[in-house]
Amino acid sequence: MGVLRLRQTESVISTYAADVSGVCSALYEMGGMTVMHDASGCNSTYNTHDEPRWYDTPSMVYISALSELEAVMGDEEKLIADICETAAQLNPRFIAVAGTPIPMMMGTDFSGVARLIERRTGIPAFGFATNGMHSYLLGAGRALAAVAGRFCPDGIRPEGGARPVVNLLGATPLDFSVGGSVEAMGAWLEQEGFAFGCCWAMGSPWEELMQAGRADVNLVVSSCGLPLAHALQKLYGTPYVTGAPFGREFSRRLARQLASAARDGQNRNPLQPERGGQQSGEILLIGEPVSAASLRCVLQEDFGLTGVRIVTPLECPEQLACPGDLFQAQEDDLFEAAARARLVIGDPIYRRVLRGNRKAAFIRWPHEGCTGRIYRREIPVLVGQSANNWLETRL
Amino acid sequence: MIDLHKLTDAGTCRPIAETPFPAPFAAGLEYAAPARGPWNIVHVGMLIPESHQIFVCAQGCLRGVVLTAAEMGAEDRFSTITLQEHNVRDGDLEQLILEGTADILQKLEHRPRALLIFTSCIHHFVGCDLDYVYRKLRKRFPDVDITDCYMTPILRKTKISPDAKMRQQLYSLLKPREKDPRSINIIGNIAPIDRGSELYEMLCQGGWRVRDISWCRTYEEYQRMGESAANLSWNPAAVIAGETLKERLGQEHFYLPLSYDYEEIEAAERRLAQALDLPLPDFAALRRRAEEALAETARILNGMPVAIDYTATTRPLGLARLLLEHGFAVESVYTDSYTAEDRPDYELLKEHYGWLSIRPTTHPKMGLLAAGGPPRPQVLAIGQKAAYFLGTPHFVNLLEGGGLYGYRGICRLCGLIAEAAREEKDTKSIIQVKGWGCCG
Repeated sequence: MGVLRLRQTESVISTYAADVSGVCSALYEMGGMTVMHDASGCNSTYNTHDEPRWYDTPSMVYISALSELEAVMGDEEKLIADICETAAQLNPRFIAVAGTPIPMMMGTDFSGVARLIERRTGIPAFGFATNGMHSYLLGAGRALAAVAGRFCPDGIRPEGGARPVVNLLGATPLDFSVGGSVEAMGAWLEQEGFAFGCCWAMGSPWEELMQAGRADVNLVVSSCGLPLAHALQKLYGTPYVTGAPFGREFSRRLARQLASAARDGQNRNPLQPERGGQQSGEILLIGEPVSAASLRCVLQEDFGLTGVRIVTPLECPEQLACPGDLFQAQEDDLFEAAARARLVIGDPIYRRVLRGNRKAAFIRWPHEGCTGRIYRREIPVLVGQSANNWLETRL
Repeated sequence: MIDLHKLTDAGTCRPIAETPFPAPFAAGLEYAAPARGPWNIVHVGMLIPESHQIFVCAQGCLRGVVLTAAEMGAEDRFSTITLQEHNVRDGDLEQLILEGTADILQKLEHRPRALLIFTSCIHHFVGCDLDYVYRKLRKRFPDVDITDCYMTPILRKTKISPDAKMRQQLYSLLKPREKDPRSINIIGNIAPIDRGSELYEMLCQGGWRVRDISWCRTYEEYQRMGESAANLSWNPAAVIAGETLKERLGQEHFYLPLSYDYEEIEAAERRLAQALDLPLPDFAALRRRAEEALAETARILNGMPVAIDYTATTRPLGLARLLLEHGFAVESVYTDSYTAEDRPDYELLKEHYGWLSIRPTTHPKMGLLAAGGPPRPQVLAIGQKAAYFLGTPHFVNLLEGGGLYGYRGICRLCGLIAEAAREEKDTKSIIQVKGWGCCG
C-alpha cells in the first residue's frame, strides 16, 4: 500500500517547544519581564511543558491576553499600555515582547512596540518577531544574542590568568533540564583545568553574565548558543568551540580544543566525525543538533561505533551538519531513517517511528524540548565519563 | 529590580464590597499559576470512546495539546497537522487539512470510529472554508464520523467560550435514534454525578436510565446517548450543548445550575420531578442532614481560615456564602471575574460579608507573591489555585464541583473539607497533574 508522502503531518510523534518558549526560557533567570503576545494557551503550555523552574523560581513571564477585537483592529496600544503599567509595578531589568501566530498575521511591528515601551518606561526593551512556527532553538538563540548585544559592556578583556576562563553558552532547561547537567559541565571545566566563567543562561546571576567578556574562550553547548557566540565574538573577539562535553574521550578532545582556541583565538568545531564521509545510518540519533553530534562523537571515539546519522525535526546551523544528516526532518523522514537503523537513540516518543522494524534496538534519551516533563526523571547527565556509564548499560 | 520581600499585594486583594461586577480587577497582562488540574479541550474530547483527534495548528499551539495527550497516555489517539508560514501566505489551508487528514488516517494502525478535527485562530482569521473541508472529508471517509472542533482562544471574549464550544461538539456526533422515553443523559460534566446524590436517586426511583459520557467505554455506548429523551446539565458551559441537542435530536434539556442555596436546589429538583414524573425526596430530612454536616464540619475546622477558587466550583461565591452562613471562617475567594449566576450571591456577600477578600489568579503579581511570601499552611483551600497561592497542604482537590450536586452534594463536600482539615496533601505533586481525573 502506497503512503501519501505529505509533509507537515505527525501521526505518531510529538512537536518541539516553539520559538516563543525559547525566548522565555533563555531570559528566565535574568530579571527581565517577558511577554508572549498571544490570546491564551502559550503561557500555560510554556509553564507546564517547557519550564521546569516555574513552580519554585518566580520569573516575570506573562501573556498579553490578546482579544479578537484587538487583533482585528490591530490595536497595539493595549499591549503597550498593559506592559508599561505592569513594568511600573514590577520594575524589571528589561522587557521582552515575543510574538505568536496571530501577531504574525496582524503584522505586529515588534521592534516598534519595543521602542515605544522603552520610550515610555525608560526600561530597555526588545521585540522578538517569533511566530510559534519554529523551534525553541531559534527563539532562545535570538534572545541570548540580543541581551549580550544590548547589555554586555565594552572594554572587558580576559585577565590572562593561569587557567583559561570558559563560559558555557546556550544552556536552557529545554536541552539540559534541571537534573544536574549544567552544574556537571561547570565542574568538568574546572576539572579540566579551566576557570568557569558564567553560564548563559542557567545558574549565573546577571552580574556574572555581564562579565562574559573576561572569558578566553566560549563553549557552545547547544545550537541556541551559536548566535550568542557570534555576538560575543563580535563584541570581545572571544573565540568559541562547539560541543557538549559528553563521554571520556570526546570530552578530553573538546578540552584540548578549548585550550587551543584560548591560545590562538580561532573557533573550533570538533563535532565533525574524525572518520568523515557520509554516515550510513545504522545508528540513528534524534535530538538537539549539538547534543546529538556530541553523542555521536562519544559513540565513535569511546565505543568505536560508526554509521551514526542524525535525523531530527529541529533546525540546525549549517556548520554543524555532517554529510548524511537530516535536519528539519518530517515524520516520514523519520519512518524512513528508522526502517534502516539497527539502533535508534532518541526521546522515548520516537520509539513509535520504529514501526515495522522489529530488529532495531531503542535507547531512551529523553529531551525536555521534545516531551517536556514526561520523562524528566530519566534525562541522563552525560558529561564526561557519565555518558560512557550510561551507554555501557544500554548498548 | 523587584525585591520580592518588598512586593506588596496592592492590586491583588479587594474586599468584595469594593469590587465592581462582573470584573473585580482590571484586565491586563496575565500570569498562569502552576495548577494544572482543570481539563482542557483535549481531555474533554477524549471522553468520546474510540475517537481520534487531529489538531491543525502552528507548532507553538500544538505543543500544549500534543503533550496533554501524551501525558494522559492517549498519544495513539492523537495526531497533528503543522501549519506553517507558507500555508498562511499561499492560502492552502483547506488543502492542508484534506490531505493531512487523509495521510494520517492512512498511517494509523486502527481506523478510529470518530475523528475530531481541531482548527485554530488562524483558520478563523483567514476565512478558511471549513464547510467545504468537512463536506469533502465526510464524503471521502464515510466510515468515520467526523466533527469540527476548535482551538480558538482568540474568541474567548467575543463568542462562545472554547470550553462551552468543546462541550457542544462533544455531543455533535450523536445520531438520531429511536427514543427511549425513560432514558436521560447528564451532559457537560468532567466528573460523573455522585451516585449518592438525591438527584441520581430520584431519577433511578422514577425508572429512568441515566447515561453519562464519562461512563461510556465504547463508541456504541456513546451513540446510545442519542436514544435518551432528555438531557440534564448543571455546568453553565454545558448549556449550549443542551440547547443544540434539543434542536438537533429533540431531546428536552433541563438546566439545573449547580447551587449551594437550599431554595435553588429544591426549586430545581422539584422542577425536574414535575417534568419527568419523579418521586420527590424528603427535602426536610435532606436539609437537616446538610445542616448537621455543615455544623459538624465547622466544628472540626474550629475557625481554620478557608479560601475558595473558581476552578473548584462554578459557583465559588455561592459556596463562600453557604460556608460563611454556617460559621466557617471563609477569608477569600480567588476569581478573575463574576458570572451572571454569581450575581445574587455577590449582592448578598457584598451586603453582609463586605470584608470578604476577592483575589485574582492571573494578576502579574500573583506568582511573585506566592513565591516571595510565607506559605500559609494553616489555611484550608478549596481548589488547586487557592492551594498554590497559599502554599497549603490542606486542600480539597475539587474541579467544577466534582459531580457533587444537591443536598447530598453538600454533605459529601463537607466530608472532603473535614478530611482536608485533618490530613495533609502533597500539593505540589497533585496540582501539577494535568487534567486531574481524566484517566479515571
